[in-house]
Amino acid sequence: MLDLKKYNSVGEALRDALETWPTEVCLIESDRGEEKQRLTYRNFKDKSQPLAKSLQDLAIGPGDRVAIIMTNQSKWLISAYAICFCGATLVPLDFKLKPEEQWQLLKHSGAKVLITEYGIWRQLCVSPARAAAATLKTVLVTEAPEHAELSGAERWESVKGANPPVFVPQKRQDIACIVYSSGTGGTPKGCMMTHENYLEQCVALTSLYPFWPGVRYLSILPTNHAIDFMVGFFGPFTCGAAVVHLRTLRPEYVREAFPKYEITYVSLVPLVLKNLQKGLQARFDALPDPKRKALDAMRSINRALTKDRPRPWLSRKLLGEVHAGFGGKLEAIIVGGAFTEPQTLQFFYDLGIPVANGYGLTEAGTAVTVNDLKPFRADTVGKPLPGMEVQIRNSDNDGIGEVTVRSKTVMAGYLNEPELTAETIVEGWLRTGDMGRFDSTGHLQLFGRKKNMIVTEEGKNVYAEDVEQAFEGLHVKEFCVFAANFIWSQRAMVNEKLLLVIHLEHGQAFTPELKSEISARNAWLTNYKRVHGLVIYQEDFPLTASLKIKRSELAQRLATLDREQSILPI
Amino acid sequence: MCMRTIEQTTQEILDLATVQFKVPAGSLAADDDFYKKLGIDSLQALEMLSRLENHFRIELPDYEVQGVSDFKTLAQRIQARL
Repeated sequence: MLDLKKYNSVGEALRDALETWPTEVCLIESDRGEEKQRLTYRNFKDKSQPLAKSLQDLAIGPGDRVAIIMTNQSKWLISAYAICFCGATLVPLDFKLKPEEQWQLLKHSGAKVLITEYGIWRQLCVSPARAAAATLKTVLVTEAPEHAELSGAERWESVKGANPPVFVPQKRQDIACIVYSSGTGGTPKGCMMTHENYLEQCVALTSLYPFWPGVRYLSILPTNHAIDFMVGFFGPFTCGAAVVHLRTLRPEYVREAFPKYEITYVSLVPLVLKNLQKGLQARFDALPDPKRKALDAMRSINRALTKDRPRPWLSRKLLGEVHAGFGGKLEAIIVGGAFTEPQTLQFFYDLGIPVANGYGLTEAGTAVTVNDLKPFRADTVGKPLPGMEVQIRNSDNDGIGEVTVRSKTVMAGYLNEPELTAETIVEGWLRTGDMGRFDSTGHLQLFGRKKNMIVTEEGKNVYAEDVEQAFEGLHVKEFCVFAANFIWSQRAMVNEKLLLVIHLEHGQAFTPELKSEISARNAWLTNYKRVHGLVIYQEDFPLTASLKIKRSELAQRLATLDREQSILPI
Repeated sequence: MCMRTIEQTTQEILDLATVQFKVPAGSLAADDDFYKKLGIDSLQALEMLSRLENHFRIELPDYEVQGVSDFKTLAQRIQARL
């Protein structure tokens, strides 16, 4: 691995990585089971240079922002490197957002250049929100058909500068990326991540889960997600490892990729991990009785023998068939983005497949704590990573309080939101809004949130306020969206749901028409942002002098209602 | 040349979903939210897309169906590729 302490920027470290392992494979790309591309570090460099030069010909450099909206593929990483090479700031946006949301974030970020795929660009072009992003001057699209109408965009594959590009150095404190952690419906939360954030996080993570030449990381989480950017790009590249991209994430192709490419690591969100567990369990249940009993016995033996620490070679011997399905080289599954249920973690650990669960948030530079597997503890989110100071503030009688973090990995702040930044980072400590406590062995346990938000099993942060836009103009006196656990504290991070609370006009009835309107507006939202229940509140909402809803006070009043009886289905 | 009408495409999608998720015949409608009606998650929806790709002999990029949750819109996206 490169000694990242020596480097000042993401671009500088990547540049050296490309020189250090020129003949190692860095990227493999497969589409529906067919390998489409295999690049060495030298190939990667050769492909990135024309783009870097083109960006420099467009006068893109320090202080400029370049956005990427792409699915996980080689051109994502090549483009990202070219942007870093020029000293510009990368804005990775979620390709799963709606076009109008993408335009909103393009506008907010002030991006001058957008790099995207032809299919995504087509959807962006027909969105009426296109006019919003006035700063956007250039669009580069990949994989456009030969005679396609590009609506003002240029072909990514055709860009080339006449001369070699010039590397632009950056300082550790300069902004490397603006990563949106949420906020497409309300206040966009653009986390300004410095080069130091990435360099330090990479050192910390690889100290526990190392990469090396020959390692193959299967990239499934979207690369705009802070986790995949780190463990699916920067981490493996600075260690000479390879990243495998699949152009479609249909379960059958994901399953096939493990043995085909002998995957070493993969990152998943809890939803996918649970689905994997379900699939495996169904296969185990379908085994003939003697075989199932033998498997159960092996699982028990494995559990006993790996009580103190994982022993991959032993587990592979005991549970060979299961491991063969994963390619036989899997070191660990990294799970992140949301809370994972302990029983799921234990299921995989008993099979000899450790799940590196942890806790983190984009604002903290991704991971704050990670399970070090010494020993494995399914009931916690692990210990703080090296370099992370974690304190519990304002704890109650049970020792549960707000988790706060101080580290070189904590973001510089939210783009264009000084007040929000000041509320979030207080005297150098990041206030996470998550509730937790340390156990006697220094493992962090989580117990719900202080914030009016949910994190879905797909790892999506959804702030209640951001969803309210969909219900603007609803024919009621007033309404508000809440995370159910924000009203009725559950001391848990599972089954998180959003609720729409409405207060009807005097004499107004809750008619089938109103119910239909609410359902229709809810359906307009992307599925993970939808509200899952309705509360009809009979009193006026408490308001500030400027007529804004006092959310905390309203939540306290709602908390006096019975949770189960108050929530109506939508 | 596309030989199916949008109505035919929609009906074939409904029929395939009925079989795949073992719901009573005729219980699905074009405007239904398939996540809600079938009680499926995003991964199961991807599995359904694989079946639809095989049936219609097309390739649907994952991003084309992101945010789509009703059969009618899904049918439109498929029809555009037939």
